[in-house]
Amino acid sequence: MTGAEILIECLKREGVDVIFGYPGGQVLPIFDKLYDSDLKFILTRHEQGAAHAADGFARATGKPGVCLATSGPGATNLVTGIANAYMDSIPMVAITGQVKTFLIGNDAFQEADVTGITRPITKHNYLVKDVKDLARIVREAFYIASTGRPGPVLIDIPSDIQLADTEFIWPETIDIRSYKPTYFGHPGQIKKAAKLIAEAKRPILYIGGGVISSGAHKELRVLAQKLKAPLTWTLMGIGAFPAEHELSLGMLGMHGTAYANHAIMESDLIIAIGARFDDRVTGRLDAFAPHAKIIHIDIDPASISKNVRVDIPIVGDAKNILGELLEQIKDLPDTAEWIKTVDSWKKKYPMKYNDDGKLKPQYVVEQLWELTRGEAIITTEVGQNQMWAAQWYKYSHPRTFISSGGLGTMGFGFPAAMGAKIGCPDKLVFDIAGDGSIQMNIQELATCVCNKINVKVAILNNGYLGMVRQWQELFYKKRYSQVCITSPDFVKLAESYGALGILVTKKEEVRPAIEKAIATDNTVFIDFRVEPEENVFPMVPAGKAINEIIGGLA
Amino acid sequence: MRHTISVLVENKFGVLARIAGLFSARGYNIASLAVSETLDPTISYMTMVVEVQDEKILEQIKKQLNKLIDVITVTDFTKKEHIDREMVLAKVNYSAKEKVRLENIFGKYVGKIIKAKGDTAIIEAVGDQEQIKAFLEQLDKFGVKELVRTGRLAIAE
Repeated sequence: MTGAEILIECLKREGVDVIFGYPGGQVLPIFDKLYDSDLKFILTRHEQGAAHAADGFARATGKPGVCLATSGPGATNLVTGIANAYMDSIPMVAITGQVKTFLIGNDAFQEADVTGITRPITKHNYLVKDVKDLARIVREAFYIASTGRPGPVLIDIPSDIQLADTEFIWPETIDIRSYKPTYFGHPGQIKKAAKLIAEAKRPILYIGGGVISSGAHKELRVLAQKLKAPLTWTLMGIGAFPAEHELSLGMLGMHGTAYANHAIMESDLIIAIGARFDDRVTGRLDAFAPHAKIIHIDIDPASISKNVRVDIPIVGDAKNILGELLEQIKDLPDTAEWIKTVDSWKKKYPMKYNDDGKLKPQYVVEQLWELTRGEAIITTEVGQNQMWAAQWYKYSHPRTFISSGGLGTMGFGFPAAMGAKIGCPDKLVFDIAGDGSIQMNIQELATCVCNKINVKVAILNNGYLGMVRQWQELFYKKRYSQVCITSPDFVKLAESYGALGILVTKKEEVRPAIEKAIATDNTVFIDFRVEPEENVFPMVPAGKAINEIIGGLA
Repeated sequence: MRHTISVLVENKFGVLARIAGLFSARGYNIASLAVSETLDPTISYMTMVVEVQDEKILEQIKKQLNKLIDVITVTDFTKKEHIDREMVLAKVNYSAKEKVRLENIFGKYVGKIIKAKGDTAIIEAVGDQEQIKAFLEQLDKFGVKELVRTGRLAIAE
C-alpha cells in the first residue's frame, strides 16, 4: 500500500468518522485516496477553521478530532488551533503534508519546519521519514493524544512518503517505553486525603476540565452529595456538575461569582480535581485561600505544586481516584455551619445585572438558556461574550460548554460549533459570539451552509471589542484605543452565504428571534444590538486577591 | 545553585531540540550539556548542568522533562552520590625547557601533553569541577592561547 492508503486505513481503524481540512500541493496523494474513501471530509474555508472544528468535535464527543492541511501556509494556519487544543488538553490529531524528504531544509516552495514550529504547542509530534514507520506513528499519535493528560499530536508527512509503497502492518499493541501515564492514585495518599476530608470544617470542591475529560462527573456528584461540600469550578470545569444544584457556587476567579470567591478564600480544605490553579482563578497567589489545606488530584504531575503548594497530591485519573476516595471516606465532615455561611453569601452577593428594559447581553444569554431548556451545546468566542455565556447560562451536562479557556482564542467559537454539531448532530448548537470575534473566522459560514451544519450564532453586538474596552474603561481612564469596531450588516452577510440572518434591537424581540432560530432548518446568525458599554461583573482586577471584587452589583 | 541532571532519552532526531526548547521557552539557561549514545544504541544519555535559584523551578524542570514523550528517565544528582568529570583541551605557550614545569602541574590532575609543536603545546585534562578550576588557574601561568571544554558527565555511584 502507499503511504496515503496506509494513512486512511489507519484513520479508519482508529475509528475516525470525520476529518476537517483543506487540500494543497503536498497532500495531493492523500486527497486522491480520500476521493475513493467513505471517510467524511469537511472542507472548511480556512485551515484555522479546520483545527478549531476538530477541537470542537473532540470537546463535544470526547473522541480525538482530526484535521488535515498541506505544508507551509496550510500547516501554519493550523498553529493557533493546535495551540488552543494544547492549552485546554484536548485530544486532537493534526496531519500535515510536507515537501519531499530530499527537499526538506532547502527552502522549497511551501516549506515550513512544522515539527519545529509546533514542538512547544503539541503533546508530541512526528516527521515521518520512512513509510514503514507510518502505521505505527499514526497509532501512537492517537494513543498519545487521547491518554494521560490529552493533547494535540501532529504528524508531518512528506509527499514522497505518501506515495511510497510498503506492506501495511497494523501494530496490534502500542508500547512506548517512555510514556506510561499514571491512572490510579497512590492508595496511601488517598487514605490521607480521606482523613483530611473527615477533619475539615469548611471544605470546598474546586473542579476543572480534568473532571470532564476523564468522565468523572458521576463520581463527582456522589462525592459532593456525600460530603455536603459546596462546589466551584473553572471555565473549563463548567458542565461537570449541574449549575442549579444547591451545592453549586458557579465559576470562581476573575469573573466568578462573589460567593464562590469568598467561599474558596474562607475554606479550610480545597479539594482540587483536574484543575491547575491558573492565574485567572487564584488572583494574587500569596493571598489565595490562606486557611486552606489543599488536596490536588490531577493526571499531570507537572500541574501539581506548580502555582500553589499542595498538601496532598494525588496523581492519576480523576474518575478512578474519586472512585477510590469514595470507598476510603468513612467519617464525614460536619458542614452544616459552613453551608449556612456559604448560603448567606449567596443571598448577600447574588449574580445580577441592571435589567432596565434595554437590550442587555446577559438577558440574551438567560433567554437562550430558558428557550433551549439548558440542553444546548454552547460554544463561545473570547471576551465579554464568553464570560456572559459562562455566567448566565446554567449548564447541567458535561461537554455542553465549549470555550477557549487557556489560550483565549477569538474566532474559536464558530468553527468549534461546527465541529460540535457534526459530532452531536441531534443537539442544538449555539455559538455565543461577539461582533469582534465572529469576524475572525466568519468565512466558515460557507462551510456550514454548504454542508448543512445548522449551527446558530448569537452575536452580542456592542460595536466594541468589549472586554478590552472594559479594561480601558476601568484601568486606562476610558481612553478607548482601537476598540471601536465596525461590522458588516450581519443579516445581509448571512443571507449572502445562504444562511438566515435576524436582527434584534429590542428586548421584546429576543425570545421570538431565538425561537425562530431554533425552528429554522439552516445556519442562523442573530445580530443582537446589545447595550454598547455593558461590563462583565463581578470582576477581580488582575493581580488582586480574588475576594477584592469590583462591580457595583457584587 | 547549579544542579546536575541526567536524562535518558530515545536516540532520535529532534529530541535534543525538545529538551532545549523546554528550557528556552521558560527562560532557563543550560550551563552545560553532554550527549552520547549508551550501551543500548536506541537510547542516548544527556548530562546537563542547570543553574536555578529556586527548588520549585528545579522541580518543574524535572517534571516537564519527564512529560516529554521521548524522555525515559530523569535523574537529579543534587542529593545523590555520584562521580562527575569534565574535560579540557587547551593550547598553551610552550618551549622545551618548560616541559618539566608544565608536566609538574599534571601531577595533581589527570592531564598530559598531547602534542607539542613549535611554541605551542596542546594539552588535555580530566577532572571534577574543582580540579578543572584549579588546573586552569595553574595553566594560566603559561599563557593559554585557546581553550575548549566539554560539559559535565555524571554517573551515579
